[in-house]
Amino acid sequence: MQAGVRGFQCTPASFKLVTSMTIRTAILTLCLLLQAAFAQAQTDLRSSVDALGQGKFADVEAAITVLAKTGDPKAVPVLEALAAGDLYTRKSDARVFMTRAAGDDVILIDPITGVEDATAPKASVQKIRVNNTVRRAVRTALGGLTLLSPERQTRLAAAQSVLMAPSGEVLDLVETALATEKDADVRRVMEEARAASLLKSDRSTDEKKQAIETIRQRGDRDALGILSSALGSVDETLRPDVERAIAGIEERQALWNAGQNVWYGISLGSVLLLAAIGLAVTFGVMGIINMAHGEMVMLGAYTTFVVQDVIRTRYPDMFEWSLAIALPLAFLFTAFIGLVIERGVIRFLYGRPLETLLATWGLSLILQQAVRSLFGPTNREVGNPTWMSGAFELGGLTITWNRLWIVVFSLSVFLALLAVLKRSSFGLQMRAVTQNRRMASSMGIRTPYVDAATFALGSGIAGMAGVALSQIDNVSPNLGQSYIIDSFMVVVFGGVGNLWGTLVGAFSLGILNKFLEPYAGAVLGKIFVLVLIILFIQKRPRGLFALKGRAVDA
Amino acid sequence: MRFTPHMKARAFGALLAAAMTSTALTGAFAQEDTIKVGILHSLSGTMAISETTLKDAMLMLIEEQNKKGGLLGKKLEAVVVDPASDWPLFAEKARELIEKDKVSAVFGCWTSVSRKSVLPVFKELDNILFYPVQYEGEESERNVFYTGAAPNQQAIPAVDYLMENEGVERWVLEGTDYVYPRTTNKILEAYLKSKGVAAEDIIVNYTPFGFSDWQTEVSSIKKFGSAGKKTAVVSTINGDANVPFYKELANQGIKAEDIPVVAFSVGEEELAGIDTKPLVGHLAAWNYFQSVDVPTNAEFIKTWRAYTKNDKRVTNDPMEASFIGFNMWLKAVEKAGTTEQDKVIDAMVGVSVPNLSGGYSTMMPNHHITKPVLIGEIQDDGQFDIVSQTPGLIVGDEWSDYLPDSKDLIADWRAPMSCGNFNTATGKCGGKGE
Repeated sequence: MQAGVRGFQCTPASFKLVTSMTIRTAILTLCLLLQAAFAQAQTDLRSSVDALGQGKFADVEAAITVLAKTGDPKAVPVLEALAAGDLYTRKSDARVFMTRAAGDDVILIDPITGVEDATAPKASVQKIRVNNTVRRAVRTALGGLTLLSPERQTRLAAAQSVLMAPSGEVLDLVETALATEKDADVRRVMEEARAASLLKSDRSTDEKKQAIETIRQRGDRDALGILSSALGSVDETLRPDVERAIAGIEERQALWNAGQNVWYGISLGSVLLLAAIGLAVTFGVMGIINMAHGEMVMLGAYTTFVVQDVIRTRYPDMFEWSLAIALPLAFLFTAFIGLVIERGVIRFLYGRPLETLLATWGLSLILQQAVRSLFGPTNREVGNPTWMSGAFELGGLTITWNRLWIVVFSLSVFLALLAVLKRSSFGLQMRAVTQNRRMASSMGIRTPYVDAATFALGSGIAGMAGVALSQIDNVSPNLGQSYIIDSFMVVVFGGVGNLWGTLVGAFSLGILNKFLEPYAGAVLGKIFVLVLIILFIQKRPRGLFALKGRAVDA
Repeated sequence: MRFTPHMKARAFGALLAAAMTSTALTGAFAQEDTIKVGILHSLSGTMAISETTLKDAMLMLIEEQNKKGGLLGKKLEAVVVDPASDWPLFAEKARELIEKDKVSAVFGCWTSVSRKSVLPVFKELDNILFYPVQYEGEESERNVFYTGAAPNQQAIPAVDYLMENEGVERWVLEGTDYVYPRTTNKILEAYLKSKGVAAEDIIVNYTPFGFSDWQTEVSSIKKFGSAGKKTAVVSTINGDANVPFYKELANQGIKAEDIPVVAFSVGEEELAGIDTKPLVGHLAAWNYFQSVDVPTNAEFIKTWRAYTKNDKRVTNDPMEASFIGFNMWLKAVEKAGTTEQDKVIDAMVGVSVPNLSGGYSTMMPNHHITKPVLIGEIQDDGQFDIVSQTPGLIVGDEWSDYLPDSKDLIADWRAPMSCGNFNTATGKCGGKGE
């Protein structure tokens, strides 16, 4: 790395500097020579940085490689700024600066020293444009430059980026870093990065054999990628080893794939459960064909949007809590709307399923258009809190946080609803009314009151589902429509009037769907599922878990 | 369409139809103080998300034109109808606009199926439709002017960019299951194969409309991408399915540097619903981006924001296409000196108006226009940074050269050919598209 700096002592430029000072003593000359070399190193870095601002993407890429070769840690913030789109070229002299906004002007900051330079009008600087190729080059360069960073996280990221873009040139760097690395996790990634780079270098066959073994042990898709690309570049003798390693990884992956499919199925099932669980109350327990159920979900999602909007403008620090705040609000709001719908429309239509269907269908259109007029037809942005973003690896499984939380959430909503139905006096009254209305009434239960509360409960749960679904789907007026069919499917399949049926129905449909998808494709997969449900309903018209006894006919 | 035997007969039939209805139309020739313009975009239902913006854009353009004194000394009057994302209703509403409101031209439609649904109405009543959305091509009609991109003005340059600049060798063609993605992917597959891409390096996958559970698809993209060759995704995913798709990409950690996604249906409007920080670097190909840095565009954005009273409102490609179409119609009407459809249709070919990317777009004899192709990368503020622009303008190619049954066809609506599907191999008008 140092070679680049040393090499500049002998450049014609430095000699000219020295020869122009012929009267000085030899010592002074030597001193000056050293100084010049130092200055040269500085200007060298500076000119490499300035080179970033010139030419096309390919030229920028070349300039990044030059900058990376200096090995100078001062280049790190420059490259980071470049990737973030914070580097600008001054139009007058093509020098590169970082900038900070100051009114209509910008303050130029020297990217190497971090010292603030002059203030200049915005029009006098031009942003250095980056594309994926440039970003990739920066990532690779930073990988090499930060392998020795004191921060554990930075070293880990560096090792990972070397692993993603291995090359024979960084091999020495990785080995130097490995020699001093203490942290076990970082060491492991560095070993793998070394192995990947080694495969691209001209080291001996024995070393490469070991490297193949190291990569094979990693055993994930990245490893597969590294080995597959090595297949074309290694010499003939190693090819069987690589092929064997690839086959080994693929075998292991196949096993994990099955597990991954089960997880995807559970996660889809939990979404289906969430969407259906409110309907299990209004349709399943009360027998109302509620076509406006999807709109309750949509209203819940819009509640989340409003809550986040208020938080963004007023209390930005609370963003992580936005979902927790939105949950009870969404429940209360949609429960209230549900109450109004029940008292205003549905209570006049009990026992007339067709009219109920039409009335609720109309309501769903009214609600959709109301939201469209109020919030506009376009999608609204609902952000994911950091604890719901990203993924983690569990063995060979990739599990995304938002899906995991939705699984947890839907199960807790399910259990809470079960507890309310089975353990509370309201639940008892509700079951009594739905099973035998006249008997319950003569026992002193105010059935209209229970009807209204039950419908409100079902709507409220749908609203809470909307909060969760806003994290994975669009928040638009059409949100509800995409879930209404699925919800009815789950409730009917699971058995009308049985909550456990809804649970089992949701998860079995989810898993079935996800196992069919890789083979049949998403479109055909869905059709197969629907055909299977039709056949199943022919055989068992009351679904998986049918309610037994006289209550069914009441 | 299938039953019309010959183009001249068709034009004659249309004239006849016009003559027959003219008894009812006598009012049309009487002194009128306004020229009526129909706007046929869904304001409710699933497509409202995209089409409402275009309705607003058209109203703004008409208002601006009236401020400049209208057209032929008359004011323009917008007639807005709502076909409610319901395809048969599009045809009914189009008929209503033409027969009842007697509009001089109609600006509208978004999906191809809605355009196909109104086509017979426009042919029968001989009116003009301006269609402002990128589409799959394979069509050229006398009564329709296509101001959006044909596949060669969007898909093919995007694929070229990825091949040349990112060295992509493996392709995932991911689309929503309907006519535009299916035709575009067919064209792309043929094109990629002609460029020497092996069949096993291409996978095509379709998902239903409004698809929201992308876990399996994204993970199979990841798997396909770990074969040691640079991989890219070409997305023709439409509408609402995009947000969950990009969210899943971000969550599963697919970065643009590793597997870039280039989309043909994702613009500034669609990105408004997503946090774009994890998506920086994914691409889109259009003929216009809001970030185009030219004075005409700056002016357009300013007018648009003032009109919508929202200083964050974004602009997008179909809006530019509406802008171009509207200005072309104005110019053609001025050239013809009348709004009479037959004369305007003849005057349209060759009309050239400024587009919003700093150049001029011209109406070609195939009723498609010339446009530059821009490739943009998504930025963290939901805008696109233009990383590539074709050096010249590209002429819309209605009949793809990469599909076996359309490569011999051309369209030229000038006399004497006056044909939308002329077969250069047989030297006859007719064939596909009849």
